[in-house]
Amino acid sequence: MKTKLATLALTAVMAASPVMAELVFPSLSYRTGPYAAGGIPYADGYADYFNLLNERDGGIGGVMTKVIECETGYNTEKGVECYESTKGEGALVYNPLSTGITYQLIPKVTADGIPLYTPGYGRTSAANGKVFSNVFNFPANYWNAASLAVNHLLDINGGDIKGKKVALVYHNSAYGKEPIRTLEELAAKHGFELKAIPVDHPGQEQKSQWLQIRRDKPDYVLMWGWGVMNQVAIQEAANIRFPMENFVGVWWSGGEHDVTPAGDSSNGYKAVTFHNVGTDFPVFDEVKTHLVDAGKAAGAANNIGTALYNRGFYAAMLLAEAARKAQEIHGTPDITPAMMRDGMEALEITEARMAELGMPNFGPAFAVSCENHGGPGTGAIQQWDASAKTWSLISEFGGSDMDVIQPLIDADSEAYAAENNITPGCN
Amino acid sequence: MFYREAGDFKTSYTDDSQTFPIKFDRWRYYAVLAVAFGVIPFIIDDYWANAVLVPFLIYAIAAIGLNILTGYCGQVSLGTGGFMAVGAYACYKLMTGFPEISIVFHVIGAGFITAGVGALFGLPSLRIKGFYLAVATLAAQFFLVWLFNKVPWFYNNSASGQISAPERTVFGIAVTGPNTEAWAKYLICLCFVVVLAWVARNLTRGTIGRSWMAIRDMDIAAEIIGVNPLKAKLTAFAVSSFFIGVAGALFFSVYLGAVEVGEVFGIQKSFLILFMVIIGGLGSIFGSFAGAAFMVLMPVLLKNVLVGQLGWPTDLAAHLDFMIVGALIVIFLIAEPHGLAQLWRLAKEKLRLWPFPH
Repeated sequence: MKTKLATLALTAVMAASPVMAELVFPSLSYRTGPYAAGGIPYADGYADYFNLLNERDGGIGGVMTKVIECETGYNTEKGVECYESTKGEGALVYNPLSTGITYQLIPKVTADGIPLYTPGYGRTSAANGKVFSNVFNFPANYWNAASLAVNHLLDINGGDIKGKKVALVYHNSAYGKEPIRTLEELAAKHGFELKAIPVDHPGQEQKSQWLQIRRDKPDYVLMWGWGVMNQVAIQEAANIRFPMENFVGVWWSGGEHDVTPAGDSSNGYKAVTFHNVGTDFPVFDEVKTHLVDAGKAAGAANNIGTALYNRGFYAAMLLAEAARKAQEIHGTPDITPAMMRDGMEALEITEARMAELGMPNFGPAFAVSCENHGGPGTGAIQQWDASAKTWSLISEFGGSDMDVIQPLIDADSEAYAAENNITPGCN
Repeated sequence: MFYREAGDFKTSYTDDSQTFPIKFDRWRYYAVLAVAFGVIPFIIDDYWANAVLVPFLIYAIAAIGLNILTGYCGQVSLGTGGFMAVGAYACYKLMTGFPEISIVFHVIGAGFITAGVGALFGLPSLRIKGFYLAVATLAAQFFLVWLFNKVPWFYNNSASGQISAPERTVFGIAVTGPNTEAWAKYLICLCFVVVLAWVARNLTRGTIGRSWMAIRDMDIAAEIIGVNPLKAKLTAFAVSSFFIGVAGALFFSVYLGAVEVGEVFGIQKSFLILFMVIIGGLGSIFGSFAGAAFMVLMPVLLKNVLVGQLGWPTDLAAHLDFMIVGALIVIFLIAEPHGLAQLWRLAKEKLRLWPFPH
């Protein structure tokens, strides 16, 4: 009887306490719906990097990682459900890949003390860590992208785009509206004429927008699209014979799946990117041996090396490095979300470290600080070669116009701080 | 055996015409209220509040609203999402414009503003009916969403066009904003639901409700016996929009906290609430609750079973979820065209005779 009771008590204790410490990285992914084309490769890349760490190194600092996927379908209500259901599992950091869900989670994660990581998306002014203590959007944000795109236009015009007409085709949502303010400032500074053309969710119908472009004859078209909207826009641009080399997308409009449906006519399409492209990195050989050959790769394992896969992979790498940093700072392998936040704020990525990880020059070398959660904001332009079916970088990784962007970040984050009674500061 | 009038003597007209004339039913109702107010707030956690109960309660209000218009007055509307958006944006403007006033009044005010907008878009119903009216309300849906995207005044000129709810309190307890406790969120929604359902129930069985039903059943006959169609139809639009506006306001302020009009209040929302009303049962307050519960709980339940218990890939589960919910809707509509409310009525009839059906 006694032993029986003891066994019962023991099993109860074992059931109550976590079996083994794990570093939980929830992936609020979307593999269904109109945005799945971009969501799938990103989620695969994100999961693969953490699985690679488990398979190759036995996790981070000796603790296994665990990726919990939760399907949001890019829908904010499902995003809330996913956040609440994974929060209790010890989630270290959220990366929802949706600006709408990000806006919703910013106050929630701050109240719950969990960091939120939104590389290249989300609320741009979160780069001001004095106001947004738990939100990080390094290494680059939308406003950097807008500036990088304009810088590219300046480059190809010898530094003068006065009087040029630039149209912005954007997803009519928080995501698509983000760059408008920056582009307006840049238009005033460089003297070009900006025309913003909204496309409503999900963006399958764009005939009238492209008719307007055909009529207005802008010199350049910028695009802030996502999901099925990208493919349709590129196809429509091809239909009106808009010169592809004058069509520049943001990094979310620069995936293989966006350009391939239009076939050869998408040749020359450009997009901004904040990380490197292709599979020419030693780390992908390890992905092949440890994951693909072992049948452990995420999804159908057919996205490795695509632009969005690389982005998910890169985001996971930065988070893994931040977790390592957090373990180092706090001297414990089992980190909490609060420790993870400290790790992210102290993150420093060097060329040497990236080379050590088998990803030389994959992204910029940078350091995060409390004042700057946004990283260096550097990026390059990639161009699509339809015959080779590859993206290639056609510019160096360059900086963006922080003279324009920094005041905007300060103004927007101060407005947020005032609205929500936050006293900006670093502790 | 259950649900029997036997032994339950009524001595006044008031007793005779109460909402739950059968004693057992009445006690069941009190028991539900007692659990909802006395037990759930103490055991609720963030997941149950945010993923299950709060959306269920808010959708129930919206479904009651649409049920008043479609189920009781017979006017088909596809503008529900747009009217919810009116409620949400009105609430946002009131919250940020008059921060010193209680959020409860803002939500009610948002309801009244939506009622005005709804009555305005209800005007075409005096001339057009059926599918044509559905298309006219569809125009309201698209116009309102476009309006809230287009005019920066509605979202206080924020860069992203998102509206987000600042923290507001009721009796010193936060009910909106990130620091809200799960029970506070749940209770504020529950209070609105109980009061509004009580109002709806009493409106629909009074003079005004009878005039709505007369218009629904045959408008010409109703006109001949002295029902004013202008008054009946416009009040139905106004009352229905009031409920939907309150639902939209709560949806934005209490449930989501940040809203983007095109994504949250799009045409899908209109259809979702119409499905709730049809599956729950047209012309039934209970049906609105049942429909909302079905449409909110089913996907969450399926997700938890398929992904949480069986460990299937999330995308497969999401696709299956569409298929299962879709199939269930079709099966329900074939097997019981009058919705879950009719099933409940049948169950009550059966229970009354049980265990001696002859």
